Amino acid sequence: MKYAYYPGCASDSTAREQHASCVAVARSLGIDLAEIAGWICCGTTPAHQTDRVLAASLPAANLVRAQKMGLDIVVTCAACYSMLKMANYEVLHHPQVREHVSEALGQDYDGSVRVRHFVEVLLEDVEIDRIRKALKHSLNGLKVACYYGCLLVRPPEVNQFDDPENPTSLDRLVTAMGGESLDWPHKVECCGGALSLTRTDVVVKLSDAVLTMARAAGADCVAVACPMCQINLDLRQSDIKKETGRDHNLPIIYITQLLGLCLGIAADELGLEKLMVSPESVVKRLTRVEELV
Amino acid sequence: MTDVDMSVCFQCKKCDSGCPVSNLTGSPPSEILRRLHLAAGNELLTSDLVWMCVSCETCFARCPMGIDIPSVIDALRGLAVERKTPAPEGNMPLFNRVFLKTVKFFGRTYDLGMIVAHKIGTRTYMKDADKFPVMLKKRKIALLPPRGADRKMAKRIFDSVRRKKESQK
Repeated sequence: MKYAYYPGCASDSTAREQHASCVAVARSLGIDLAEIAGWICCGTTPAHQTDRVLAASLPAANLVRAQKMGLDIVVTCAACYSMLKMANYEVLHHPQVREHVSEALGQDYDGSVRVRHFVEVLLEDVEIDRIRKALKHSLNGLKVACYYGCLLVRPPEVNQFDDPENPTSLDRLVTAMGGESLDWPHKVECCGGALSLTRTDVVVKLSDAVLTMARAAGADCVAVACPMCQINLDLRQSDIKKETGRDHNLPIIYITQLLGLCLGIAADELGLEKLMVSPESVVKRLTRVEELV
Repeated sequence: MTDVDMSVCFQCKKCDSGCPVSNLTGSPPSEILRRLHLAAGNELLTSDLVWMCVSCETCFARCPMGIDIPSVIDALRGLAVERKTPAPEGNMPLFNRVFLKTVKFFGRTYDLGMIVAHKIGTRTYMKDADKFPVMLKKRKIALLPPRGADRKMAKRIFDSVRRKKESQK
């Protein structure tokens, strides 16, 4: 099981822990992630808000590199995932965009590299049974609100990731880990993502709505697979408290961190100390699998 | 612009129902489409949704006619910048510019450079000031610019896009 790994820019800043936990989980499950040498930024929201060809060319430069490696490309960041998928879609469906992209890159790209999110690799290639057998700890009934946000699931005809309105990929992993995945209505609502630094007031409102619903559903923590979702829901809890008085105090933890914990990987290797709201309550719930039987 | 067919919109307002910012904006997505039908002029570019839209793609995913509304909004953003519309609250055009500048320069984003440039441009020095020490300590903001990217390729792409834009003028 070998893939071309695209870490994305957040792997070196806000989402260091997502990158670290993904790499650690991959190693533990025998997934070979070969980092793409010289990868460049996908351009994310600023690129698609600025120019259509720019938004397709930046990701395409990385897809070309993966193609040369002869491997599927694997991503952990939902925004990168969406940009890479969109680049493929654009090149495949719009000949004129393809022409501009090949001009920008200095070579043609045909849109054929398969783009996978790490969660898809876990579910489709490793498969739940094998993951379950590798687990050393159980979440022991921990109530987890799985939050997918926008860019994993939308637009559905481009991403083709799970069900766009009621995805269950993260829920299946949480259930396999012995957690209780909650049925709640804000799985695919937006946290405010791109406005994090520009219109923080909007982000505070949207993230508060998501967190309020997670708490109402009885969540002990929220599991995420996107750096923007993570930073907004985690970092902005202090602003929400200041503005509304609501102290959610909900750990926002990457699905790969949860899985890493259950696979018996050390907390510091998973970057748990990097989360703003302490995940101590989550770690305390871990129970050795043999103790449950 | 885009190749989206907006004429098929029949104002069911499903986009507005799902839009996470429709209760914060003066003009929800359906209104933007309707005004485009009615041959709106530059005044449309100052609608707050143009920059408040979070590109969450919910409207597109739920539109019964399959109208790619986020691409329409992106096209309006392009026009707003081109026609020098006054900066919106939060100055997203500046954010996009400094963000992409770091990508052009380093091949990857350089958060610190981008944040400082946006703060200077918007004079919001104290905003989130309480968060920086802890973010730096947790290394959630990198001090040094990123290394290892194919900078030549990044520059090549930006230059090519600029040339294309200039030739279209």
